[in-house]
Amino acid sequence: MHELSIAMGIVEAAMDEARQRNVQVSAVHLRLGALSGVVKDALLFSYEVACQDTPLEGSRLLIEEVPVMVFCPRCKEKRVLQSVQSFTCPECASPTREVLQGKELEVFALEVEE
Amino acid sequence: MSEPRLVEVRRNVLKQNDVIARSLREQFRFAGVFVVSLVSSPGSGKTTFLEKTLTQLQPRYRVAALVGDLATENDAARLARSKAPVKQITTGTLCHLEAAMVQNALQDWDLHQLDFLFIENVGNLVCPSSYDLGENLRLVLMSVTEGEDKPQKYPTIFNSADVAVITKNELSGVVEFDWDAARKSIESVRPGMKIFRLSAKTGEGMPEYLDFLSRQLAEQRAVVHS
Repeated sequence: MHELSIAMGIVEAAMDEARQRNVQVSAVHLRLGALSGVVKDALLFSYEVACQDTPLEGSRLLIEEVPVMVFCPRCKEKRVLQSVQSFTCPECASPTREVLQGKELEVFALEVEE
Repeated sequence: MSEPRLVEVRRNVLKQNDVIARSLREQFRFAGVFVVSLVSSPGSGKTTFLEKTLTQLQPRYRVAALVGDLATENDAARLARSKAPVKQITTGTLCHLEAAMVQNALQDWDLHQLDFLFIENVGNLVCPSSYDLGENLRLVLMSVTEGEDKPQKYPTIFNSADVAVITKNELSGVVEFDWDAARKSIESVRPGMKIFRLSAKTGEGMPEYLDFLSRQLAEQRAVVHS
């Protein structure tokens, strides 16, 4: 389980942004791709642990799950995969390996108080 | 205190790792060394496979390996039998390698003296997938004893890899390994992925895989020099 190291990275990034703006963080908005290799529930649990004894203690982690988007070479269109177990176009069933989105692990926004 | 407000920051959590990985990749390119990382589950035969790879490449190439392991140095001791330079990265309780660990381990090595560098990740099919190590090729290894549907169970790591190697082929009859099912399973999570079927123990299938590595090195150098 590497979610704890990831959670510590999130806390560090949020603290750094908060310091620069001289604000208090009450929530962290995270974009989490289906191909990021990170498990949402494990991350939520680790986040609480990672926040302990930091200025972020008591803050919330809000996770937006980002599905995998691929480019279908046959339809010439962007398509959202139905499952990471099947890299085929949901419309025409062509296999595709061109991933456009889904690896995100990004602190997108912070809810802050002055 | 005022009302909470939302500020957009858009910050990649793994940025630090990615920056180091990019710098490593640049160093590897400049030194002309082709870097292969190996990921697999524990017990798939990664160390035997790597030992044979190092031994069989050595007459023609200068090779070395970094080996990630949780607590022991057993793997490094086994690989040292190949006579290639081998260094252990003991990760403690950490379940994966990060780019900074590779960077530290390489500090006293002259990359210009190498043709191939292999990085054996910790035996784990989940955690290593998130971390770029600056490698040129990520090889995922599975053995016939693990079952044909391993790729479907771990789609993220298979999708992040460039090449799949299926080992312990000498046991495929005993375990009734279904080669077509395995190929379909890989194809569904990573269409078009190159697959090698081999036995590190008997040597069957090794030449095709080693030739592939030689071609990759030649191609990389051709690009750098053009």
